[in-house]
Amino acid sequence: MGLYTEEIDNISDKSRAELFEFFETSDRQAEETAYSNYSYWRSTWQSFLKNRMAVLLLALVFIVVAFTIFQPYLPAQKSPTEIYLDDQTGLQARNIAPNAEFWFGTNSIGQDLWSRIWAGTRTSLMIGCVVALVEAVVGITIGTLWGFSRKLELPITQLYNVVDNIPTTIVLILMSYILRPSISTIIIAMCITGWVEMARFIRNQIVILRDREYNLASKCLGTPDYRIIMKNLLPYLISVIMLRMSLAIPFAIGAEVFLTYIGLGLPISEPSLGNLINEGRVLMMSPDLRYQLIFPSIVLSVITIAFYIIGNAFADAADPKNHV
Amino acid sequence: MLIRHLLRTFTAIWREGACMLWYVGKRLVQSVMTLFIIITIVFSLLRLMPEEGYLGAAAEKMSPAQKEVYLTSLGLRDPLPVQLGNFYADLLQGDLGKSVTYRTDVPVVTIIADKIMYSLLFGLGAVALSLLIGVPLGIMMAQMKGRWLDRLGTGYIVFVVAVPAAVYYLVIQMYITDIFHLPMLFDEYRPITWLLPLTSMALAPTASYAMWMRRYMVDELNKDYIKLARAKGVKERTLMFSHVLRNAFIPMAQYLPATILFTITGSIYIESLYSIPGMGGLLVDAIQRQDNTIVQGLVLVFSSLGIMGLILGDIAMALVDPRIKLGKGESVR
Repeated sequence: MGLYTEEIDNISDKSRAELFEFFETSDRQAEETAYSNYSYWRSTWQSFLKNRMAVLLLALVFIVVAFTIFQPYLPAQKSPTEIYLDDQTGLQARNIAPNAEFWFGTNSIGQDLWSRIWAGTRTSLMIGCVVALVEAVVGITIGTLWGFSRKLELPITQLYNVVDNIPTTIVLILMSYILRPSISTIIIAMCITGWVEMARFIRNQIVILRDREYNLASKCLGTPDYRIIMKNLLPYLISVIMLRMSLAIPFAIGAEVFLTYIGLGLPISEPSLGNLINEGRVLMMSPDLRYQLIFPSIVLSVITIAFYIIGNAFADAADPKNHV
Repeated sequence: MLIRHLLRTFTAIWREGACMLWYVGKRLVQSVMTLFIIITIVFSLLRLMPEEGYLGAAAEKMSPAQKEVYLTSLGLRDPLPVQLGNFYADLLQGDLGKSVTYRTDVPVVTIIADKIMYSLLFGLGAVALSLLIGVPLGIMMAQMKGRWLDRLGTGYIVFVVAVPAAVYYLVIQMYITDIFHLPMLFDEYRPITWLLPLTSMALAPTASYAMWMRRYMVDELNKDYIKLARAKGVKERTLMFSHVLRNAFIPMAQYLPATILFTITGSIYIESLYSIPGMGGLLVDAIQRQDNTIVQGLVLVFSSLGIMGLILGDIAMALVDPRIKLGKGESVR
């Protein structure tokens, strides 16, 4: 009994004014307690490095891209569009098999295949990258609006139903048929169809994620929508987006080959992998000239397979579930 | 007692069937609407086509005034809604206009009718072949996960999915015909020439079927009820075929339309490579000769085929998946 009275008597001594003041929070200190050594991109990179095959192919793609850029500046390179003449006869140096001067031989009108292949790879890669980029930007924007905004959901769904019902190939053919063939036409034609898939992907994911508890909590705390989208939703989708983008590049390269094949591709003066394969196809019947088809085909296959494998490996690595 | 039981079963089946019919009917109406929108868009876009495509071989000899008169006589100077109305009126009578350069003045419908059988035969043949090979391949890959067959299959899938079709179609035509001394071009009366185009066309859908089948099988195999069934002592065979396969097959139905759409692309390549007299080859020819009316007709036929493929896929999905409630709540795939 006596002990308690003592406590109560002393209570006013113990209480000080500062105990009843609000403690000032500091963001920096708050972060410090939750500090961890985890960094998303570093972990992604570390997981990616574990996939030997993908790393090897990534190095290869880097070398190829660098080579396509620097190849024209290397010594002893020929022009991809110049028609070479035979020194003795003065005729076009047609269909010369690979030799010391023409490393990959010449084509049916005497152009150097080696430099044409690298120029073609440059064009095709450029088309692929631009298409992938546009698809990503348009697809993500529309997909986010579609999944996040309830007002826009119905109109975009209707639009999607129409666009998705037309076979992609038909749209590609139609657009290329109407517009004049050039690099920009091909890019436009591919972008018109390409965003649909990406948008649907993003939309489906966002519909799943937007009502999870952490987002509801975030919303209740008054986080503006754009911040929820940019900070809570999109980072979650990086692996999906990267996978789609890396698949869009081989697809765009393939679509260019297809368009060239049916006669709606780039003009011959603009070397591209599609053009080269098409030129090679014409000569397929004579076994001696098949190198003109085989060389571009090999380059094309290596590049597309590399992008496919790298994309898959990166998507795996970018998924936080696979991080240590 | 027995009669009542039979009656009840019968009503249940009848009710289910009625539901199915209602669903199919609704889906058909929806598709006709979509088709209408697509045709309108395509038709309007096609008015932007190069005008030489309507003039044919005589174009160079015509003076600008003559061209103008000719185009007016074709109705191409009318306002767009009028043209559209005329087009629909003709379409309902089965008239798609006349060919310009491909076979001058022959109705497009006749030209396409001659060709459509080949395309359908090859398309359906390829889809059937790919189902026959792809699904068992996927099952085997899932069963032997991580072993050589699985790796081989994965390699095949990566190759086929990543490399543009044009490249391996050409390689197949070039080397396989050489090795086995097969004729390079298609000949209706020599069955052996059907083989290569069909297999080439089936390559890509086979890969996608195998890929998805494997993925769904593996997903299903990791589930708890499988572990329980194993612990209970269910035979591996029974487990695979009556539990795992049954469930893994459901999501496969949704890839059917995609494959059908894909064979359209495939047919365009393959038919002109092997000179099969089908619609795909015709499209390439018509584009190269700038025959606008044929291009327009073919685009419409291909779009309708695509939409039909999608309906089929949806119906297949509804038939296979008991969880889909017919007639209620549509959702985006």
